Amino acid sequence: MIDKKILDQHSLTEDEYRLIVDLVGKEPNLTELGIFSVMWSEHCGYKSSRVHLKKLPTEGKHVVQGPGENAGILDIGDGQVIVFKIESHNHPSYIEPYQGAATGVGGILRDIFTMGARPIAVLDSLRFGPPDDPKNRSVMEGVVSGIAGYGNSIGVPTVGGEVYFDPCYNLNPLVNVFCLGLADKDKIFYAKAEGAGNKVLYVGAKTGRDGIHGATMASSEFGAETEHKRPNVQVGDPFKEKLLLEACLEVMDRGLIVGIQDMGAAGLTCSTTEMAAKGGMGIVVDLDKVPQREAGMTPYEILLSESQERMLLVATPDNVAAVQEVFAKWDLDAPVIGEVVEGGRARISFKGEVVVDIPVDAVVNLCPAYTRPSVAPAPPPAAPALDSLPLPADCGEVLLKLLASPTIADKEWVFRQYDHMVQVNTVFLPGADAALLRIKGSKKALAVTLDGNSLYTRLDPRTGARIAVAEACRNLACVGARPIGVTNCLNFGNPEKPEVMGQFEQAVTGLAEACRTFGIPVTGGNVSFYNDTEGLSIHPTPVLGIVGILDDIRKAVSPGFKAAGDALVLVGESFEELGGSEYLKVVHGLEAGAPPAIDLEQEKRNQEFLLEAVDAGLVRSAHDLSEGGLAVALAESAFHGARKVGCEVDLDEALRADALLFGESQSRIVVTCRRANVGRLLEMAAARGVPAKAIGLTGGAEIAVRQSGRELLRVPVEKACRIWKDSMPGFFEVRA
Amino acid sequence: MKFGVVQFPGSNCDFDTFHVLRNVMKQDAVMLWHKDHDLKGVDCVVLPGGFSYGDYLRSGAIARFSPLMQEVKAFARGGGRVLGICNGFQILLELGLLPGAMLRNKNLKFLCRHVHIRVENEKTDFTRAAKKGQVLRIPIAHFDGNYYAPAGVLKDIERHRQVVFRYCDAGGTITEEANVNGSLAAIAGIRNREGNVLGLMPHPERASEALLGSEDGRTIFASLILSLEGRKPARRAAVRKKTGHD
Repeated sequence: MIDKKILDQHSLTEDEYRLIVDLVGKEPNLTELGIFSVMWSEHCGYKSSRVHLKKLPTEGKHVVQGPGENAGILDIGDGQVIVFKIESHNHPSYIEPYQGAATGVGGILRDIFTMGARPIAVLDSLRFGPPDDPKNRSVMEGVVSGIAGYGNSIGVPTVGGEVYFDPCYNLNPLVNVFCLGLADKDKIFYAKAEGAGNKVLYVGAKTGRDGIHGATMASSEFGAETEHKRPNVQVGDPFKEKLLLEACLEVMDRGLIVGIQDMGAAGLTCSTTEMAAKGGMGIVVDLDKVPQREAGMTPYEILLSESQERMLLVATPDNVAAVQEVFAKWDLDAPVIGEVVEGGRARISFKGEVVVDIPVDAVVNLCPAYTRPSVAPAPPPAAPALDSLPLPADCGEVLLKLLASPTIADKEWVFRQYDHMVQVNTVFLPGADAALLRIKGSKKALAVTLDGNSLYTRLDPRTGARIAVAEACRNLACVGARPIGVTNCLNFGNPEKPEVMGQFEQAVTGLAEACRTFGIPVTGGNVSFYNDTEGLSIHPTPVLGIVGILDDIRKAVSPGFKAAGDALVLVGESFEELGGSEYLKVVHGLEAGAPPAIDLEQEKRNQEFLLEAVDAGLVRSAHDLSEGGLAVALAESAFHGARKVGCEVDLDEALRADALLFGESQSRIVVTCRRANVGRLLEMAAARGVPAKAIGLTGGAEIAVRQSGRELLRVPVEKACRIWKDSMPGFFEVRA
Repeated sequence: MKFGVVQFPGSNCDFDTFHVLRNVMKQDAVMLWHKDHDLKGVDCVVLPGGFSYGDYLRSGAIARFSPLMQEVKAFARGGGRVLGICNGFQILLELGLLPGAMLRNKNLKFLCRHVHIRVENEKTDFTRAAKKGQVLRIPIAHFDGNYYAPAGVLKDIERHRQVVFRYCDAGGTITEEANVNGSLAAIAGIRNREGNVLGLMPHPERASEALLGSEDGRTIFASLILSLEGRKPARRAAVRKKTGHD
């Protein structure tokens, strides 16, 4: 009865089907096949990526839990841990931007609180096609309102992130959501069903027909018929999730449960089989006891529904009543739907009949892993020789153009739609190099950043990935924080295309190298393949979420110039590098050349120096150089200052003016210090083998840069700031 | 002084407000559960920000029916101090303890940002620690903060000096640009005619610690504490217990 057509509908190959028959010991029925199809989908089973992800370092002194659980856990001392992870919700967000993004937030929040942690911050990495296209604007407005609608309501601040624009995301926007939680070390919970005879409770929202096969949908390419998949996108209810969050944290805090797992991708199927497999047990479930939103649902639909805001709990029989009492207080259902049993099988019944009887280990752990064929990515289109590239007539105009370009322009229009202050921990508002959160009752603070320049990764996946890690760590160093752990979201095209697999392999290699250099473990993450629409793949887009710690929050540094008369110091070396730059893209219309080179050891030295200088109290402001290079970094430092102080800079590098001003050479930071401290700062740098030099002073109402005395640009801060601030709203707001 | 912070399902500034009252302002503070009828003998009730009952209908429209709010209503009618912040303000409007209603922000988007508000009346229980015309820098975070009242009502509340705060620029001037959500007469906060109930959209609990960028919100809590200390006995007598719906 299972034929090729049914297998195609379930995105399973004939080989995979033969393996399933072998593992189950019989021909599976349709419901059982449905279970395998979601659990063995790319989204849940990581079948194309697993062999490569093994390269990533996962161990370190802070690690309490590495990859394999709902989220990674790091020890931050004083009996506390942080729990964090990033997840993609790309496909749903294109089909239905508001709900796709909203449920992306809901899903990652559950991953965090299912481990016993209270979510304290969300950040998003968003990528869209250019905003001059109304379709892209509509997707972006929907995504931003969806994130706001869910996060604001549930009361978890969205404290930062990034928004990038490139035509490669026209038909395939990326929505990657990161969440950070805080827990007591002795109150961590895992997704394990242990102890035969323990009860399985279903809590939260009722099960409906929404989201069936969402995980499978996220594991194939999109075509023009995408609109038909709209019913596959789930609908979020942040209010329900808020109740679920409070109730779950309460039962965990009171030690009333044994294990807990959220129902995310593949819903009830995934949570029951995973909990049983992790506990080395079996599980029996009676589907008639599952709260249902509508009548007449089949076992197939109940098991594969991805209705939101649901969790599965395991509790000892004597605690069931107490658990149910807590959920009743929060007006939530919490029926017992099954039991933990010996034997390693999931036995699921419906109207008195066993409809599923399969070994959980096969479903959860034996999904085949593929070493898919790959070819080295084609070399990037060569940038024209610099000699043939005309120098801009007016570098000031170029700076203003870059400041107005969507990727660089101020994102306040986005961030002000998010409640970024609820929970009263947000020390730096969005826009700083990294988000900074205080920990109440402690001197410590946590810093978080999301980074990834996909143009670099397209031009050279390995270098691009190394830069993503380096830049994220640099952002943390700029606020004074030391990186302690990484989560990543790897967004790529169709892995069945050898060139995409080639990009993936190289990017993972680059990530592994950089994480090793910085000594930071990867504690988990997410792979999103099949980001192809109508045959076109996105740029390979690894997004890094890195968390750092600052021992004394009073030492935190922000990017804005503090006062006139401070000395400006440029840390790091500038080279004649324009490949992959925002300048080439915006001014010359070229996505070409090799991305800037990165020396990871030098990068690390530069960051260590910065942290030492911050610790010594020498640094008044620090801002990393990224898209748009030195000129944009100076401008942003001026804009971020409360007094909008400008600067006068004189550089002596013998580089082309455009490379000097807008080149994106790596490992560079612009720092200010009191004039009296310049000597000490430079000595400290020299002692560490870090190139650094004094390049000028803050002050005045203009950003002015000279090269060996010859003026390259002079722009009023007020005017530049207005252009930078007005750009994004200008795309969305109708002017009278 | 003993403060009670009401917890509705969907409240999300309850812990923040509690934290500031207890750890920053060093006051006695307790949580009050929406299903209860017990005000636990508090001197002041605070309705915190959030999305009570999800606010899928009109902001605050369902919260007004919760069991505890019947007690709060009686408490306020008897002269007890009630402070509604953001969603708490919206609930006070729905409950009829304050006049007017909220519309969507004029730009039809959620807005989270620092704003400036000018103290319009420094002779209230909620502003007596402020100077006349003082400008406070306090964040807002709301979708429905565009205050509205019919002309007659507006005239009435102006005449009785019920407008306590108006949105202004950093220098204290009321401008259209500074009135970020489009509120009628730039109203950011009002009190009732008796003066014991205040609602405001900005979040003073988010501006009570220097580390978070502003301490201006403390002025409001400090004023409340001063006024409670001054007039405690009169108010205590006014507290009624277990009143039914009216």
